[in-house]
Amino acid sequence: MDIHEYQAKALLSDYGVPIATGGLAYSPEQAAYRAKEIGGDKWVVKAQIHSGARGKAGGIKVCEDENEVWEAADDLLGRRLVTNQTGPGGKGVYRLYIEPVVPFERELYLSMVLDRQTERIVLVMSGSGGMEIEELAETDPGAIVRIRIEPAVGLQGFQAREAAFACGLDAGLIAQAETLLLGAYRAFRDLDATLLEVNPLVVTEEGRLLALDAKMSFDDNALFRHQNVSELRDKSQEDPREMNAADRGLSYVGLDGNIGCIINGAGLAMATMDMIKHSGGEPANFLDIGGGASPERVAKAFKLVLSDDRVEAILVNIFAGINRCDWVAEGVVKALTELDVKVPVVVRLSGTNVEEGRRILDESDVDPIIAETLAEAGEKSVAAVSWEAN
Amino acid sequence: MSIVVDEKTPVIVQGFTGRMGTFHAEEMIEYGTNVVGGIAPGKSGSDHLGLPVFDTVRDAVNETGAEASIVFVPPPFAADAIMEAADAGISQCVCITDGIPAQDMMKVKRYMRTKRVERRMNLMGPNCAGVISPGKAMLGIMPGHIYLQGPVGIIGRSGTLGYEAASQLKAIGIGVSTSVGIGGDPINGSSFTDHLKSFEQDPETTLVCVIGEIGGPQEAEAAQFARDHMHKKVVAYIAGLSAPKGRTMGHAGAIVTGAGESAAEKIEIMKDHGVAVVERPSDFGQVISKLL
Repeated sequence: MDIHEYQAKALLSDYGVPIATGGLAYSPEQAAYRAKEIGGDKWVVKAQIHSGARGKAGGIKVCEDENEVWEAADDLLGRRLVTNQTGPGGKGVYRLYIEPVVPFERELYLSMVLDRQTERIVLVMSGSGGMEIEELAETDPGAIVRIRIEPAVGLQGFQAREAAFACGLDAGLIAQAETLLLGAYRAFRDLDATLLEVNPLVVTEEGRLLALDAKMSFDDNALFRHQNVSELRDKSQEDPREMNAADRGLSYVGLDGNIGCIINGAGLAMATMDMIKHSGGEPANFLDIGGGASPERVAKAFKLVLSDDRVEAILVNIFAGINRCDWVAEGVVKALTELDVKVPVVVRLSGTNVEEGRRILDESDVDPIIAETLAEAGEKSVAAVSWEAN
Repeated sequence: MSIVVDEKTPVIVQGFTGRMGTFHAEEMIEYGTNVVGGIAPGKSGSDHLGLPVFDTVRDAVNETGAEASIVFVPPPFAADAIMEAADAGISQCVCITDGIPAQDMMKVKRYMRTKRVERRMNLMGPNCAGVISPGKAMLGIMPGHIYLQGPVGIIGRSGTLGYEAASQLKAIGIGVSTSVGIGGDPINGSSFTDHLKSFEQDPETTLVCVIGEIGGPQEAEAAQFARDHMHKKVVAYIAGLSAPKGRTMGHAGAIVTGAGESAAEKIEIMKDHGVAVVERPSDFGQVISKLL
């Protein structure tokens, strides 16, 4: 789960990471008021969306008086911001974060990730900030410090100092950096984060370290033990179809093709999408209906897939282990009877109770296209689309 | 021979009396697995499915001589259950549970490494379908009837995709020595490489099929191991050619975050290391029958 910059800063601040005093605004009036409240003579108005690279997309505006703040807020609120991470649809701006402009001397990069290779939390730091880490890794890989954190004892002070010295921080800043890094690590560990990124981390003209931006993502599987994190979820930043699916116990990812997929198991779902591609088609979605799917859940899956109006055919591919083909068949019959399904439906059943499932389909009033094998399922669904088109 | 389990291995079930534990314990027993009891803290002294129930894994090991365990404990408590098994001297553990926090798995892996190598537990999963040595024993939730006994070892992340492969093989009369699920989570108990090592030593296995997917560095490590240390043939399929970057495809671990993690890149890596690649997921049977 992702959260907004202002939320990440509030969490990190609780763990001793220094941030600027900012304020949240939902309207231009509120934005102008926040600027006044914060004081000073220069502010930055930042669109709060679940994406990086907001600056390049025009989501961050520097303002010199309250009128400018009002104007900037008025311009940003309600807009959809398209960045290189959001996809063409962009993300809606409904919240703004107002901060004073802080003059700084240099920028650094700081992140922590859960590294799958070493199965440890890894601290990544660099003396050159402001760039994306991928960019940095290409232009100056030597400037990146990586420190593996032993899970049994956690990040140690000497490791934090090593990272700080390697970034070329002045001796006077090392103690500050150590406190900051240890705090950030505790936040990562205590809250079950999967990613923490402060880019840039700056050294202000007054000689203080400050998190100018902050990004955090959390392990969905650990949200059950962090109510304070799970309540930060902002549904306006999620794809409504994916959210809808998750609330029904289905795992859905929308794609750009026209063959809707209803499959059990993540691996088989990906393989079936690949099969469609190999057969010359394009999948419209990833959808895993999970284990023990009832006829009702299968019917819900149909509804979900059909909510994408690009779908021109549906492929149901079930290899039943803990699932039951008879239940899936009942779900297919239910969906085709109750819903107004105008596109061809290809069904491939395999595994537990397959004969019973086939019999239910045969004896019903609905007439889906039956495929015996995975290859046939791919070919028939692609053929169904082309046939419809002609 | 086979790896991980056979018809003699004494097995206990953690989370024995729950709905999932009960259903699958019955299936495993019916398949012929030597299930000798189970764990349900606070219920010792009672019977379940005609087998003894114990409070702790240690009690069960002491009383029954159990060597393997299968975990059906819900996600918040599953890591604890795995560590209990590791501490009690279980040598093979399968964890079916989906949804264990990644940092819990970090702790589990760290804890397992505190045991001496000869006493160190081998963990399959979490978030996997388990292990089956066809015709001998099943330590998992797969439909046993789709597997034929034979010379092919299977290691896969996904349950249902593994079923697809096994049933394609059965359709042309090819059997499986053992099929091992390593699970779809970002941190797995054991890796492709761990099981490639075991299959290389197993006289019944002549060819190993690796079924990988997007995300993580494991498939690339397996390719390197296959080239440098395997005499047996290795065949690989990588799922997720049409998966977009940065999106989680069902499995918590199926996400492309960096270089080398996409299906196309992993397929390249496999080919570069001389591993035969199954290009289409409908061709497991065909490709493997040619190489056997």
